[in-house]
Parts: sequence; C-alpha cells; structure tokens
Amino acid sequence: MRTQPLDPMALGGSDADDRSDSPRRYADEREKALLDAHQRAAGSETGRVRQMLVGSNLRYTALGFVAFVIVWYILTDLLTLPRFNFLPSPVAVFTQWTSTDPQYGISVFTPIYYEHILVSIRRVLLAFGIAVAAGVPLGILLGWNRTFYNLVFPIVELLRPIPPLAWVPFAVLILPGVESSVVFVTLLAAFFATVLNTLLGVWSISDDYFRAAHCLGYRRIDVLMRVIVPGAMPYVFTGLQIAMGVSWFSLVGGEMIAGRSGLGFLIFDAYMQVALPNIVIGMITLGLLGYLSSAGIRRVGAWLMAWQEKGRSA
Amino acid sequence: MMTQRSTKSYGHCVVDAVGKVYGATEDEAEIVLKDCTFDVPAGSLTVLLGPSGCGKSTLVNLIAGYDKPTLGRITLDGAPVSAPGVDRIVVFQETALFPWMTLLDNVAYGPIQTGRPRREAEQEASELLRAVGLAGFQDRYPSQISGGMQRRAEVARALITRPKLMLMDEPFRGLDHMSRGLMQEYYLKLFDEHRTTTLFVTSEIDEAIFLADRLVILSYKPTVVQTVIDVPLPRPRNFQMLTSSTYGQIKDQALGLLYDEALKAFDPGKAAA
Repeated sequence: MRTQPLDPMALGGSDADDRSDSPRRYADEREKALLDAHQRAAGSETGRVRQMLVGSNLRYTALGFVAFVIVWYILTDLLTLPRFNFLPSPVAVFTQWTSTDPQYGISVFTPIYYEHILVSIRRVLLAFGIAVAAGVPLGILLGWNRTFYNLVFPIVELLRPIPPLAWVPFAVLILPGVESSVVFVTLLAAFFATVLNTLLGVWSISDDYFRAAHCLGYRRIDVLMRVIVPGAMPYVFTGLQIAMGVSWFSLVGGEMIAGRSGLGFLIFDAYMQVALPNIVIGMITLGLLGYLSSAGIRRVGAWLMAWQEKGRSA
Repeated sequence: MMTQRSTKSYGHCVVDAVGKVYGATEDEAEIVLKDCTFDVPAGSLTVLLGPSGCGKSTLVNLIAGYDKPTLGRITLDGAPVSAPGVDRIVVFQETALFPWMTLLDNVAYGPIQTGRPRREAEQEASELLRAVGLAGFQDRYPSQISGGMQRRAEVARALITRPKLMLMDEPFRGLDHMSRGLMQEYYLKLFDEHRTTTLFVTSEIDEAIFLADRLVILSYKPTVVQTVIDVPLPRPRNFQMLTSSTYGQIKDQALGLLYDEALKAFDPGKAAA
C-alpha cells in the first residue's frame, strides 16, 4: 500500500526523527499556505477598493446613467413629441453648460453661476445649522420630560404639516431683508424633521439601558449625556439626512418667490427669460449638491457611530 | 489560616409574604405572585429556581425596586426596599451593556459617576475584565464581541459597583451548552473571590445546584415558594461534584417538585381539571 499524499504524517521524511517532528511542521506549513492563499484571493486593501470602483458596482451605475441620458435624448431630439420641444435635449444642455460664451449667460465658465451656487449653499448651511442647533435639544427635551412633551408636542404636530412656502408672506413681512426670510423658510421643514426624529430616537432607547444606568448610579445629567444622547444618535442622523434634503426643497421654493439670487432664483429667472437650458443646469446642480450634502452627513454619522458597526475588526 | 475569604456581612435580603397582582381592571387582574417568603443570607449565592413563566423576573423587579409588591414587604439589611438604588444591581437576561461605549468605559463609568477617581476606576475595570477573560477586549464595543463575552463584561460591570446585593436574572440564558458551562465556572470563581450576596435566577436545574448555597424552588403561577433546599456542596466547586451522591439527592428532590410544576406550566388546562 502506498502512503496517502494527504496524510500529514507522510509529508515529512522517512527517518524516525523527522517523523516525530513532521506534524508540527505540517501545521506550520499549512498555516503559511492558508495565509498565502488568503493574501492572493483578497489582494491588498487598495486592490479591493480598486475592484469596488471599477468592478460591477460602478459598471452598473454608469450603465444606468447612460440609459437615462439616451432616453432623455430620444424623448427630446429624436422623437418630436408634442410639448416635449420645451425640454432641452442633453446635447443642448451640455453645450450650454460647458460653453465659454454661453448663449443664456450661465456655464461653468461664468462667475455668476458660482455666485448663485455659493449663495444657495450658504443659505442651506445656515438654515440647516439653526434647525439642528434648535431641533436636537428640543427633541431630546421632548423625549426626556413628559410634562414638556404634553405642553409643546401638540403644537409642534399642528405646525409641522404646514408647507414651508405658506410661511413666505409673513416671513417677508416680518423678518428684515430678503436673506433672513429665505433662510427662515428653508429651516422650517428641516427643524421639524430634526425634532421629530430626535424624539423618536430618545423613545427608541430600550428601558434596560435606563435601568442599568440607574443601578450603576448615573446622575440625571449622566443619563442625558451618556445614555440619551448617544442612544438617540442613529435616529438623529436619519433626521439630519432628511433635514438636509428638505432644506434644499424649501430653499428653492423660497428663492423662487422671495429671492434675488441663488439656484432657485436662477431656475425661476431662466423660466421668465425662456432660457430653458439654464433650468436644467440649475436642476442638475441642485441634484449634485443635495447628493453631496447627504453623503457628507452619512459619513459624519458613520464616523460618530463606529460602535454600530458589526464585525470583529476593531 | 485556611482562607482569607471572608463572607460578606451585608446584603441580607428578606422577601416577606410578597404577592403581586397585575392588570388595571378587576377583569384583567392576574395574580402572578401569591405568597413568596424566603431570604437571601448575607454572602450567600441563593438560586431562585422555577418553571419558565412563573414570575421569577417579577420577583427580581420587585427586589430591584422597579415595581412595588401588592402585598408583603422586602427588606435589604433591615431597610425596606421601595425604589431602585445603587445597593442592588441587576444583570439582565438581554445584554444591557451600552453599545456606544467600549467595554472599559462600560465597566468603569459607574464608579466614575459615583465619585471614584477615573484612573482608579479604570484600573479596577481593567482587572475585572481580565478576571472574566476579556483582557484583550477592553477597547472593543459590545457589538464586536460574542454573546458569552458580553455576559461576562456585564458581570464585571455589576461587580465593580460593589453592590450589597446582585440580582442575576437568567444571565446565561441563550448561550450554547459549552459556553454556559464555562460561564458558570468563571462566574463561580468570581463569586468565590468577591462573595457578593447574590440572588441568581434560573430555570436550569443543573446550573441551579452547581451554583447555589441555597435553592428556592417556586411553583407555577400563582406563585408560592415550594421549598427551600440548602446545598451543602463545598466551595470551590468543580464539575466532578455533579456526579456526587449529595448532588444526586438534591437533584432528585428538586426534580420531583419541579416536574409537577413544569407540567402545570406546560398544560395549564389539564392541571386545572
């Protein structure tokens, strides 16, 4: 009978000394082989990132975009559908957007384009900042104190469904200047989204944590800072993402009605001037800014809530 | 000097004729605890053993002060229990480690909040984590370690507060058989070292006898204390004792009592008939 190649005892030499030593050597070699194989399969960290970027994920995303633009092109340039002639084709938008001498005055080479963008970003950040600075503490207070909840929450719930644009007339009449009224209209929906999600966040914290904190001798302030605030964090960040989204919604509405600048104004002005490609440029720009700001919040959230991540690699 | 371990002289808990009824209206009223009387001697490990759903957790909540008995009274070292306090600590069935804190912070923060210097608290937390076999894990978050490890970290977090009475509500439930056995050994080592008066709740008879100085056996709902059995097995204990004749006798006695109760819990209709 021949020795079986898979028998670890058979991997060593034939003399007695070697044989007593061979199981360990086999084990060592086995570990090394495993690690080598793992290394080859997984590749380096950068290799994995590259694979993710050029791999199937990105390929499908690109495919989606291409299909979207093709459909847009077919609808506007190839088919002459009734009333669709108002919608600029992707070619017209792209030409205008990248022109050094744009027909309607807006392109990546005109300073005015960036002025509108900056004005809008500044308004959104200011409104978002105020909404969060006021909304998170209010939400925590509502979740923490029953009396305060009964006193305030019904009012919040009645005010919340009122569309921000309904506030425009009084905002313009009462607040000084265009800027403060646009910011006010922008922050309303964000504020309510933040308050509501923070409140839900506080409510989502299991009673066990409060009981444990109690047993461990946490004072009220420690319960607030060490249990309620971190415990509500996942919901708060969901709220912040929603808040950022609705900030952009309301901003554009406010700028259309009350603004003299900003992307909402750019779109409305383009409509009045029948500079239709500018509308699409404004829309795409808003889409990009909205996406980037939400992604930024997700990043910050993931970083602050590293404790949520599953897995053993600390 | 045979031993330096001294039995704690505090933590004596008396449960005196305690009854608890739940339900808001007369129709809904359900007697959960009918008449429970037993005591947890200072420095002892007393085990509350009963069929699932018999109101063991209710008793724990009453002793912890989360809820008040309908009748009867509970005292700790002579003082009546009326609200939660730092002299009693509960280790829950589900993990209540704060998921947003590292293990070290989870263990160390209690004493820091109650005024111990941070460095001293962290030092002791480190030592306790080492004692429960989590030496290399103190900077991990609870979600990054296994269920058994979470249970151990939680025991460490309870011990560091130096409570008079530790209430352990089926702390090893849900762990697989092997981990459960190892947890019991680890836990007993800790108990032998600290001798914190403990009321340990379980529905596992082997776990109960292996751990207990004293067994309090409960009936099914409405719950009464059926028997209190002293377990004269010496400490430190090991798994060989599970085959001793003392162990066998106690198990026989307890099983006989539990079987009838478990049957009632299993098929309440039949028991009523």
